[in-house]
Amino acid sequence: RQALEEMRALYERNQADVSEAKSGRTELIFLIRFRHCCLLRNQRCILAYLYDRLLRIRALRWEYGSVLPNTIQFHMSAEEVEWFNRYKKSLATYMRSVGGEEGLDLTQDIKPPKSLYIEVRCLRDYGEFEIDDGTTVLLKKNSQHFLPRWKCEQLIRQGVLEHILS
Amino acid sequence: MSEAYFPVGPGLGLEENFLSLDDILMSQEKLPGRAESTLPRLAFALGQGAGTGDSIPEGSNLEIPLWLAKGLHDSKRRIISVELPKIYKEAWRTVFSADANVVDLHKMGPYYYGFGSQLLNFVNPENPEIAQTILQTFISRFRRIMDSSQNAYNEDTSALVARLDELERALFRAGQKGLNDFQCWEKGQASQITASSLVQNYGKRKFTDMDG
Repeated sequence: RQALEEMRALYERNQADVSEAKSGRTELIFLIRFRHCCLLRNQRCILAYLYDRLLRIRALRWEYGSVLPNTIQFHMSAEEVEWFNRYKKSLATYMRSVGGEEGLDLTQDIKPPKSLYIEVRCLRDYGEFEIDDGTTVLLKKNSQHFLPRWKCEQLIRQGVLEHILS
Repeated sequence: MSEAYFPVGPGLGLEENFLSLDDILMSQEKLPGRAESTLPRLAFALGQGAGTGDSIPEGSNLEIPLWLAKGLHDSKRRIISVELPKIYKEAWRTVFSADANVVDLHKMGPYYYGFGSQLLNFVNPENPEIAQTILQTFISRFRRIMDSSQNAYNEDTSALVARLDELERALFRAGQKGLNDFQCWEKGQASQITASSLVQNYGKRKFTDMDG
């Protein structure tokens, strides 16, 4: 964010210089062209940087799920957070409209599943985790469980659980 | 990066992709050129001359980055005239036609193909030959890249990759990724859900944030 503000300040200063030079003498036409080139260059770099950030945020939605951890949110600007929320909403609307009545969660099952239940081992302390039929499982480090696939997928992708192949 | 992040790739041919980070880095490379007429007050910006009032005399040699050369080159070439960097000149062209596999393209400027394509934008009588040379170099080097990327599994590839320029490295990485994925599938790991590399990277970085 700070880099952005710096760049914006530089850009505005450049622009002030340009308009001042232009209103003055016309034989400095080379200088004006040169400055214009620099301005365009700065603009291109800024745009590419911002666009790349957006692409990464979009990737985050697919990897992390709907809620971002606080450390990441801290690094995003307000516009980026808003963009993320709007993307989330569009994605949710699209998923609802695609399959059946309840919709299809496209973020599940990214790799084709082989069975309904999978074996997982817990990598970090997470606390309690409730499954559909009401039983709660306490997730402590290195404990192994046999759980339904769709519940764990999110946690595995976040790195809390680890999928074990038999 | 993980499978969900798709960065903007470099452009092909004469045009660059505006938002591609690779293209931006590539157009930062310098070209030799000559000033066609006196350029007032530019001396400080281009690194020659003491104060802000100096002008660059006509005919002096300059090294300018590509983006600047493209911008200042338009309209009847009054400002800058561009010369070819030595790697695209006659001497090197014969080296490439003799045997292209030997040349260390990374040392010669890591964007040989991309930069060469951009050079074709400037009017120059040698353009068709430059284009031919670039194409031929690529064809002769391609086979070795493909071979090495498909057969180097779990080895240290830095010796192979050191002599390739950026485009070739991207190809090499794509080949390696395909190989790794195939091996994964053969071992039965394709159905294993894994934490994405994004998550792992963020995990590492989080600790530095909390400490700093």
